[in-house]
Amino acid sequence: MLRLDCLRSVYSELENCLVVTIMGAVAAELHSLGHRPNFFYIQHAMGLASSTGLGLALCLPEQKVIVFDGDGSLLMNLGSLSTMARYRPKKLVHVVFDNESLLSVGGFPTATSTGTDLEGIARAAGIPRVVTVRSSVESFKAALSDAMHGDELTTIVAKVEAKGPAAYVTDLSLLENRFQFRRHIQSLKQP
Amino acid sequence: MRLDIKPESKRMPVSLTNSKLIFDALKECDIRLVSALPETWLVHLIRLTDEDPEMILVRLAKEEEAVGISAGAHFAGVKSAMLMQNHGFLASINGIVSFAHLYKIPLLMLISYRGSFGERDPWQTQGGNVTEPLLRALGIPYTFLDALETVKKRIRQAQTLAESSLQPVALLLTRDLMWEE
Repeated sequence: MLRLDCLRSVYSELENCLVVTIMGAVAAELHSLGHRPNFFYIQHAMGLASSTGLGLALCLPEQKVIVFDGDGSLLMNLGSLSTMARYRPKKLVHVVFDNESLLSVGGFPTATSTGTDLEGIARAAGIPRVVTVRSSVESFKAALSDAMHGDELTTIVAKVEAKGPAAYVTDLSLLENRFQFRRHIQSLKQP
Repeated sequence: MRLDIKPESKRMPVSLTNSKLIFDALKECDIRLVSALPETWLVHLIRLTDEDPEMILVRLAKEEEAVGISAGAHFAGVKSAMLMQNHGFLASINGIVSFAHLYKIPLLMLISYRGSFGERDPWQTQGGNVTEPLLRALGIPYTFLDALETVKKRIRQAQTLAESSLQPVALLLTRDLMWEE
């Protein structure tokens, strides 16, 4: 299962969500499918995508928020699972693309390659709904759709191949992305 | 005013009066989300936040999470503040540099300045030595909350600067203000 195919399968469903991604392959691949003003790519600060999604979800409880996280980033901030579980915003969906690798820096194996189970950690942290998808893009699409239309904080661990794009730098400047994202959210508040 | 937090523990003369003053000043600045990791000097501030229905309190596992949470709040149009010990500031530095500075995110950081003059806990002292040098190295504007007369004005000014400059601004909570002993 390729992450790019997973993202492509759900791309059309992201239109009315706020989407926060980690750096590297996830950001570059989502961007390659077509940037939208409701997408924010954290091009550094590993581990803080889930925290940012939590901040958005707590302040905008009616707004669907999707975080595209990764195994390397989540392993840097496992405490975020316990903080999300503590407040469990109902419309926050936390997707973890687990390729068992720090792909962007050359593919060094992460601890999920030697048995660390992010689904188990998320469940034990208290995330109310946790699923792992490993079989097919269709099953990923179904899992994300269920989570988006459900009413419960969900973590989806998607086991994907350690393959990514040729390059990670996009033509979208970091600050342009940041100001556009905030302006988009503020425009949603207008009657 | 004194308040014992836990009857079984030793008396902790953290100033409730001055904590309330800080809390009220934050509310007057329209702060509506506060993230926190407890330490002795912050207990009243955290409790006051928790008991106020207009405030969102986010209890953290580690202080760096607060950078992401405050960024999310900023995007959502909600003003936020971070409560942490100076050692929590040390634990947040990559988030401050790689997120708040890189993406021009305003942060209002209230940092308890442990390990400075008057500190009795040996384990706090090394963090006390490096707090101001690190704030200066990171280019973070900071000042002190050290007297009740200036608390309200300095919080307002710090919040104004964070929002206008789109960067982290720090207020160091001092022993003179927080500790009644």
